[in-house]
Amino acid sequence: MNGKRFMGTSKRITGGLGLLLGVGLAAGQAVALEGDAERGQAAAGTCVACHQADGSGMNVPGGESWPRLAGMDADYIAKQLHDFQEGRRQSASMLPFANMLDDQQIVDVAAYYSEMPVTEAQGGDDVDDALLARGEKLALRGDWDAYIVSCMSCHGPRNEGAGSDFPGISSQHAGYIESQLRAWQADERRNDPQNLMGAVAKRMSDEDIRAVSAWLASQSVASE
Amino acid sequence: MKQSRTTLAVASTTLIAGVSLAVSADTLHPAVETLVGLGYPAPQEDELVHIPPTMADLEASDMHPETKAVIRRGHDLFTNTQQLRGENVHNDMNCSSCHLGEGRQPFSAPVWAAAVTLPDYRGKNDHVNNLEERIAGCFAYSMNGTPPEYGSDDMLALTAYHQWLAKGAPMYPDQPIYGRGFPPPERPDELSYASGEALYMENCAICHSEDGSGLYQDGEYIFPPPWGDGSNNWGAGLVRVFTAAGFIKNNMPLGQPNSLSDQEAWDIAYYMSSQERPQDPRYTGDVAETLERFGPTFHRHSLYGQEGPDGEILADHANWGEKGDEITPWNVGVPRFEALKEALEAQ
Repeated sequence: MNGKRFMGTSKRITGGLGLLLGVGLAAGQAVALEGDAERGQAAAGTCVACHQADGSGMNVPGGESWPRLAGMDADYIAKQLHDFQEGRRQSASMLPFANMLDDQQIVDVAAYYSEMPVTEAQGGDDVDDALLARGEKLALRGDWDAYIVSCMSCHGPRNEGAGSDFPGISSQHAGYIESQLRAWQADERRNDPQNLMGAVAKRMSDEDIRAVSAWLASQSVASE
Repeated sequence: MKQSRTTLAVASTTLIAGVSLAVSADTLHPAVETLVGLGYPAPQEDELVHIPPTMADLEASDMHPETKAVIRRGHDLFTNTQQLRGENVHNDMNCSSCHLGEGRQPFSAPVWAAAVTLPDYRGKNDHVNNLEERIAGCFAYSMNGTPPEYGSDDMLALTAYHQWLAKGAPMYPDQPIYGRGFPPPERPDELSYASGEALYMENCAICHSEDGSGLYQDGEYIFPPPWGDGSNNWGAGLVRVFTAAGFIKNNMPLGQPNSLSDQEAWDIAYYMSSQERPQDPRYTGDVAETLERFGPTFHRHSLYGQEGPDGEILADHANWGEKGDEITPWNVGVPRFEALKEALEAQ
């Protein structure tokens, strides 16, 4: 990671490694499977109806929007699928499809979508420039007077995601972001680590949610 | 390009800012109401409450366009100090890693306070510091680097941003400042390393990582490292356990202030403060000697030179972090007003 050196005494290095190994082993049972994008393509046959062949999903004004999966972090996708299966995340439309996948298929499908180039998002066209500016402020700087921390402080620079816990939200459909923020507000979604998203979502106004969803949807993510 | 539609928009939802209020119960600014709702103390009768202006206020102001540009540059340096990496910054931190909310946030060492209380005597370097010298100190210790020159463009931009945030606040206020610094919770009788470690793994590691290295992804800053080579060095204010406890209690986990108990905040601070980090630039070459010299004014609050969790002496090394031993901050150990000081002592 960026040429970091581990410092301190050799004793400490050993201690640190031991700790890391221990955690790795504990988590290992759940994530030992390796995803294969080719197998994932085959298993994703049932996903394309909503999430589309290019993983772009669809913004559905006034209805349930289907999130873009293309370019999302594989471990994040896999966690969401397991969460649907085990009731940690609720979605009547997603549950039956998640239940069709076994553990291997989950990591395969996750790998398949994660390798696709990020697609453009839709939605949020109905907000005016002032609201869009509010969205940009929330995404990049937050509104600390209301203790709303910026999206990018966890979702990373340009809100393209950080590690496997903080998904990319730039170029995600406005309708989807909006529905998820509302779900967190209403405690209908709570599968975020340590309630990090829930705590912030609850401080957002309806207008804040519309603003930030529209602005994030308007952002393009450069393909590598 | 989709992005172009945002460029001309100007935020219109500005609250009154750049205001300082004498406190009375019915004049609580919405920002302060938010804080009280989150478990922060309400302002005391005699406290100075200052709501710094925002960047939107700056754009809306009628200051000279070049002045605005310089203040904007200061804000940019403050929130993305990594752009000075390799020159003035030799770790993985930004100013805003610790001074949350772009340096505006109460209980997160809001930086405008320095602009209205300095020049003033500072025990840490035993002389009167102005705002530039105070900021230079952050570069030497918190950024494990060496500061931009006094009067340089970058230094001027940073001080301009600090002073802009202080807009409307009284100079040399007689009143105590609401939310100044990182007010520490009351220190519990016992601190537990083991409990601190467990709490860190449970509450902090998701962002700051299990080994304390934070997260730098594809060459970009994401989460700051609380210890190790990428963190502040042993001379930074945050190595004082009470300061770390104050930071944690008031600000962490991000978005959930005051969610940890006093004991938990102190235990995590104690765990974090027991880890290694780059050497204090004031190091004499001997950890015990350095401790003796700087203990009374600083390190009596840190674990510098104390026995660490594995029985080793903390900071007993010449690891300077990324800056190596070639670069030494030019501002450390430079006395000022020596003749004045002598005259004062002779009295």
